[in-house]
Amino acid sequence: MKIILEQLLNGLTIGSFYALIALGYSMVYGVMKLINFAHGDLFALGSYLGFTLLVSGSAYATVTFGIWGGMIAAMLIAAIGIGIAGTLIERIAYRPIYPAGRLPAVVSALGASIVIQNGIMVVWGPRPQAYSSQVVPSVMLNIGGIKITLMQIVVLIVSFILMGLLFYIIQKTTFGAAIRACALDRSTAALMGINIETVIFFIFALGPALGGMAGVMVGMYYRKISFVMGWNYGLKAFTATILGGIGNIPGAMLGGLLLGILEMLGSVYISTAYKDVFVFLILILVLIFRPTGLLGEKIAEKV
Amino acid sequence: MAKDNNNMETIIRTKQENEGINKINKVVLQTDKLTKKFGGLIAVNNFDLKVSQGEISSLIGPNGAGKTTVFNVVTGIYKADGGKVIFKGEDLAGKKPHQIIKKGIARTFQNIRLFSNMTCLENVMAGQHCRSREGTWSSVLKTPGQKKEELEIKKNAENRLKQVGLWKWRDELAKNIAYGNQRMLEIGRALATNPDLLVLDEPSSGLNDKESEDLMDFLKEIIKDNLTILLIEHDMNVVMGISHWVTVMDEGKKIAEGLPEDIYSNPQVIEAYLGKDEEEKE
Amino acid sequence: MKLNKNINQKNSIFKNWLVILVAILFIILPFIINAYWVDVLFFFGVYALLGLSLNIVLGEVGLFDLGHMGFMAIGAYTTAILNTTFGIPIIVLLPISAIAAGAFAWLVCSPIIHLRGDYLCIVTIGMGEIVRLTLNNNPFGITGGSNGVYGIDFPSLGSIFVIDNSTKFYYYIWLIVGLTIIGLVNLQRSRIGRAWNCIREDEIAAESTGIDVRYYKLLAFVLGAGLAGVGGNIYASKLMIVSPESFSFMESCMLFCIVLIGGMGSIPGVLIGAAAISLFPEVFRAFAQYRMLIFGVAMVIMMIFRPGGIWPRKRGAFEFKPLLMKPGEENG
Repeated sequence: MKIILEQLLNGLTIGSFYALIALGYSMVYGVMKLINFAHGDLFALGSYLGFTLLVSGSAYATVTFGIWGGMIAAMLIAAIGIGIAGTLIERIAYRPIYPAGRLPAVVSALGASIVIQNGIMVVWGPRPQAYSSQVVPSVMLNIGGIKITLMQIVVLIVSFILMGLLFYIIQKTTFGAAIRACALDRSTAALMGINIETVIFFIFALGPALGGMAGVMVGMYYRKISFVMGWNYGLKAFTATILGGIGNIPGAMLGGLLLGILEMLGSVYISTAYKDVFVFLILILVLIFRPTGLLGEKIAEKV
Repeated sequence: MAKDNNNMETIIRTKQENEGINKINKVVLQTDKLTKKFGGLIAVNNFDLKVSQGEISSLIGPNGAGKTTVFNVVTGIYKADGGKVIFKGEDLAGKKPHQIIKKGIARTFQNIRLFSNMTCLENVMAGQHCRSREGTWSSVLKTPGQKKEELEIKKNAENRLKQVGLWKWRDELAKNIAYGNQRMLEIGRALATNPDLLVLDEPSSGLNDKESEDLMDFLKEIIKDNLTILLIEHDMNVVMGISHWVTVMDEGKKIAEGLPEDIYSNPQVIEAYLGKDEEEKE
Repeated sequence: MKLNKNINQKNSIFKNWLVILVAILFIILPFIINAYWVDVLFFFGVYALLGLSLNIVLGEVGLFDLGHMGFMAIGAYTTAILNTTFGIPIIVLLPISAIAAGAFAWLVCSPIIHLRGDYLCIVTIGMGEIVRLTLNNNPFGITGGSNGVYGIDFPSLGSIFVIDNSTKFYYYIWLIVGLTIIGLVNLQRSRIGRAWNCIREDEIAAESTGIDVRYYKLLAFVLGAGLAGVGGNIYASKLMIVSPESFSFMESCMLFCIVLIGGMGSIPGVLIGAAAISLFPEVFRAFAQYRMLIFGVAMVIMMIFRPGGIWPRKRGAFEFKPLLMKPGEENG
């Protein structure tokens, strides 16, 4: 029983990462009907930014602010930095392509992804980097017989706060309603006076910002980061988006958490080697039997 | 008014034509208590329709009555939730659209759906697809049989193109030709499938008076070739001018059917279209 | 009208001479350049074959396939395993690999063929990854895990006709590519090709015109997979070793780009795209680690200024307007 709970916690932790990244995919796809292939790499970039702040340069941030302060500083800077990066990508690689249709957008997105990924490789080197132990809290707790690390608790709490905040913005504020309107029907939303530019700016800033923060947390949790991380996490986070229902914010959160748990269960009860295969199989099965995802709605096409 | 006199003439002519026809022709298409729902909305409600061989039948009704939905169920795009569609004596249940086309029903769409980036000739040649057989390997190897069939397809398509009067546009991309011509092209493509029943969804929509008249003449001409036509129309001139039989739909149900002139003066029909205030329409 | 006709005739004559010239160049090339470049041109040929195979799915029918390398992997591994385990000759395995890849495509695409554009895209990504990951895990011990399978023979007909050096492989692959092009052009101009194009233009209209959309989509996938399987067979016998990393998602993306950058749906375009992808790393070898970075930038720039590709199909699958447009205005 305890082991199951521990596994569940592990699953939730990794699920939180997937959820935070998935939110970015979901928001962009919902409004722009575009798969932002570069998003996963922005997440990776976030973890590398954190790395620079916390580890290289003699762990400047950690030395100055202490472990917790360092982490907060890193997350804030990653959020802002990656948020800006996200809007830049939109401006440079996506906006000029909109009139040309879906397919050129895919190529451009892939191009942007390659640029970021290789940019990381050029700047930080091709070998994986590590968040050294001095910048990461390494306290292990034992609550009611269940082993859990402090970092894990932090990840879960921070992730849930962030997700809660986003949920609140999307579901309860006027601006959130504007975003949801754009996701349903962009041209009509524009006709109703909604400023599409602002909405687009927001989704391309906030989605990547969340991803960047997730990147820092992943660095602190797993301690190892590599420049191909973007695609690994990205693909899985995208699976989570589909699972929850693409374009659906609560769906992305649910999908991410669920995927984390499923992946953990898969690796424990089936096999670690095949856990990724398991994840992709889930993706395919969901798309066959419930393409709108768990929380998505069926939209019939008018003929 | 001059317009009314014209209508009355047409109506009398139609009635005389009808008296002979209705009694002897067999039923080509019929729907039997057809029902289609979208979630909680019942778009088509126990709808009975009969279309007789060699006639032009019209399906009319106010916007949102469910007419296009009926078409979509008949042509297999939607699956019926209840009732049957029977074509030439055969139940069409569960058949996919391309199978239904092969059986002999061809259709056009309310919002023209052409293959925009293909030429007019290629659009019509697409219609010949279901009437040809050569497969992948014979096409890759360009066997004599395949070459012969290609020539036939092309010839048949060219004839249809000439029939709808678009020969001069044969090498033009479908998206570049005039709107009225696009409507005719869609009909040409449908005709290229050698149908027994042609189902047209608002074919005169967007056409000016002259074009509508040409269309009417055209439709009256082609039924002489053992063809039956079912159309959705809003233009009453077209409906009255060429229909042998009219069925009226409102809110998913049939509210009247009969000869055009009977429908024209049917108070229920008038109310469904115009509400209770007749003057608002003109 | 007459002026057009003259220009068209001149165009055709020009094109014919161009083809003959290029063909002659191709034939004498290995004798004037060194073995390294002959190898590069060999891989150009492989990319061309793969690009053409993806073009059937993506260019003709318009289906987003980002997992195409999975099909090549099936072909390559079928060849590798059957050759190293049972000694079956490579040439014999060529059609067998094609059939294996095609059958695999039929099996896995049947349940998902109805999916809409973006969703299909994601499923193909997943499929490609599943293939790669499974091969990596060495199921039943037959795929050799991440080390792959090695010791694959050269293609041969008896002992006289053996393809065992760069030059012979070069002629071999380009012969196959040539035959493939002829076959594909024939298909393009047949009712099959027309049906595919109708589906790409408007699926519902195609279905309502009597075209069995599901069948033709599957056909495209199976043919595309079969050709990719052929590519896998040839690739395996040249390299003498296959490993899962050659068939990654990145490679599938490269194929996708070949078709798009070259010019979607156009056969000359695919050849140009394949040339770009295979020659690019060579040209930019001096830049070492910046190579892929430059490539990514090139992709984005390409799409901004010429989204139709370098040599788009005549029929304008895209009408590119490279002006900045307000978001919300395009037909997304």
